[in-house]
Amino acid sequence: MSTAPLHLAAATNVGNPAVNISIFAAFVVVTLVIVLRASRNNRSAADFYAGGRSFTGMQNGIAISGDYLSAASFLGICGAIAVNGYDGFLYSIGFLVAWLVALLLVAELLRNTGRFTMADVLSFRLRQRPVRMAAAVATLLVVFFYLLAQMAGAGGLVALLLGIDGTAAKNVVIAVVGALMIVYVLVGGMKGTTWVQIIKAVLLIVGAFVMTIWALAHFGFSLSDLFQGAVDKAGDTGAALLEPGKQYGATSASKLSFISLALALVLGTAGLPHVLMRFYTVPTAKEARKSVVWAIWLIGIFYLFTLVLGYGAGALVGPQAILAAPGGVNSAAPLLAFALGGEVLLGIIAAVAFATILAVVAGLTITAAASFSHDIYANVIKKGAVNADGEVRVARWTVVVIGAIAIVGGIYAQKQNVAFLVALAFAVAASANLPTIVFSLFWKRFNTSGAVWSIYGGLVSCILLIVFSPVVSGAETSMFPTADFAWFPLTNPGLVSIPLGFVLAIAGTLLSKEQPHPEKFAEMEVRALTGAGAERAETRH
Amino acid sequence: MADTAEATGETAYQRVERSEEFQGLRRRFRSFVFPLTALFLVWYFAYVLLASYAHDFMSTRVGDTTITVGLLFGLGQFVTTFVITMVYARWANRTFDPQAEALRAGIEEGDL
Repeated sequence: MSTAPLHLAAATNVGNPAVNISIFAAFVVVTLVIVLRASRNNRSAADFYAGGRSFTGMQNGIAISGDYLSAASFLGICGAIAVNGYDGFLYSIGFLVAWLVALLLVAELLRNTGRFTMADVLSFRLRQRPVRMAAAVATLLVVFFYLLAQMAGAGGLVALLLGIDGTAAKNVVIAVVGALMIVYVLVGGMKGTTWVQIIKAVLLIVGAFVMTIWALAHFGFSLSDLFQGAVDKAGDTGAALLEPGKQYGATSASKLSFISLALALVLGTAGLPHVLMRFYTVPTAKEARKSVVWAIWLIGIFYLFTLVLGYGAGALVGPQAILAAPGGVNSAAPLLAFALGGEVLLGIIAAVAFATILAVVAGLTITAAASFSHDIYANVIKKGAVNADGEVRVARWTVVVIGAIAIVGGIYAQKQNVAFLVALAFAVAASANLPTIVFSLFWKRFNTSGAVWSIYGGLVSCILLIVFSPVVSGAETSMFPTADFAWFPLTNPGLVSIPLGFVLAIAGTLLSKEQPHPEKFAEMEVRALTGAGAERAETRH
Repeated sequence: MADTAEATGETAYQRVERSEEFQGLRRRFRSFVFPLTALFLVWYFAYVLLASYAHDFMSTRVGDTTITVGLLFGLGQFVTTFVITMVYARWANRTFDPQAEALRAGIEEGDL
């Protein structure tokens, strides 16, 4: 066993900002050229929202993994494993297993019955305006939480990677990320966004693969020795890294918090609006299936890499050095890159991390724009009396507005502890979106009030439970550590809000006097399973 | 588009839905997908609960290594996810698609 010659003093100020910036600039230039080329034929609404439904299953699968492997996945999970060991690994399992829900229950049926957004599927047989409004509100909130977390993360990353720590400099970088994202989405629409995701996913997975092999090579390709290295480096409490409970095992409330999180992770993915929207970019349900299969393989293999990278960072950099670095836990992967391959590898990984934030933010923004323009503007406000051009014009303006909100929110949020926002987004997706999607696809009796109760009930309960949890007040790590109005002991609302979302969907349905529409359900069911009458690829028109 | 059977008050889609072919297709789909979903959810929560409440068991070292039972269970989750994905994709491509495809062709060329 050998250890890398890394000096702790140097670890807090690593890399060469010029190298990092040039590699990132190269990524931006290359992707911009590709986005420009890909978007030449962008005309219709299906082009803008769904890339003309012209992507193959493989391309879409890579793009899905690009969308899903956010900075939280890459930097967050590596850091969590490096510092908390086994408990960090648990995240990646929830994130992966969740894809089976999407594969088995959602992706293909959704592709066959919808056009652009989640609300398309719900409004197939429920009353359009209330369910579209509810679904759009849930979509916009999930996207907002997720977006804020990504943008705030961008600020933290800058501190580490560009060697600047001033507030003004961080704000400039957040503004640059936001502005670039607006350009990508406005110019490229879904087609351009998808290509950015694909390029970024390939870079990220290849980068992680190289680092994994490199890190394993330090330990003679023995996983056991690598773990031993992490244990030795962590000092007295090192052995706990190999056991569950380092992060969540302290009290019964923290154990329940973990179960709550596990529930939200596994049921949330198939309700994330930016994931759902990707299923519309392929021509058929069969291609949608193929994309989820690709995504599962890529995401699964990537999380296996992060296991090695996390413990590798623990062994070669050490948890103390990671926590002391400017980016804190998030700096584990970049510091490992520096320990392995010096400033060039760090530069590449840093650029990939930026590209990740950029690509994920772009995917979120186009989802929110589609939801606002297609659901709220075209169908609720204009009641369908608007042409596709008008709808796309509103979508483009929405992109600019969301970009501005993301920049301002990101600048404000970086002073806050917002790591819980991603978990909150998953909890809302699982409590508000998943019950309505599943029931509207599989339960004949399900009706509008069931959907509306479930979406608003799931949404409101998630947010209230978070507000009154230790995440916001009453603990040292809270957003407001000096106040204490926390009466809900868990840091994740899922354990309560997800069952509540399902119960409200059932109760709302059974208590309503709404007349059922068996003919609509018949059409939906037949279309969902056979693909008859599904939206085709744009070229066929 | 779906009003050819107004005399009986039933749409063409409802006729398809009632047909034996479609009922069979739906039964085969649900009886494949629902048990599989139950299986992976039970196995996932068993794993999560073990990690929370069976600390010592999950921390047991395997042989002379630093590999724990918990780690093997975690890697087992990866394996089952990959296996279920392959099993489902194979079944869907080989068994489900041809039947759904035939029904769809009938619907789109027929009376809808």
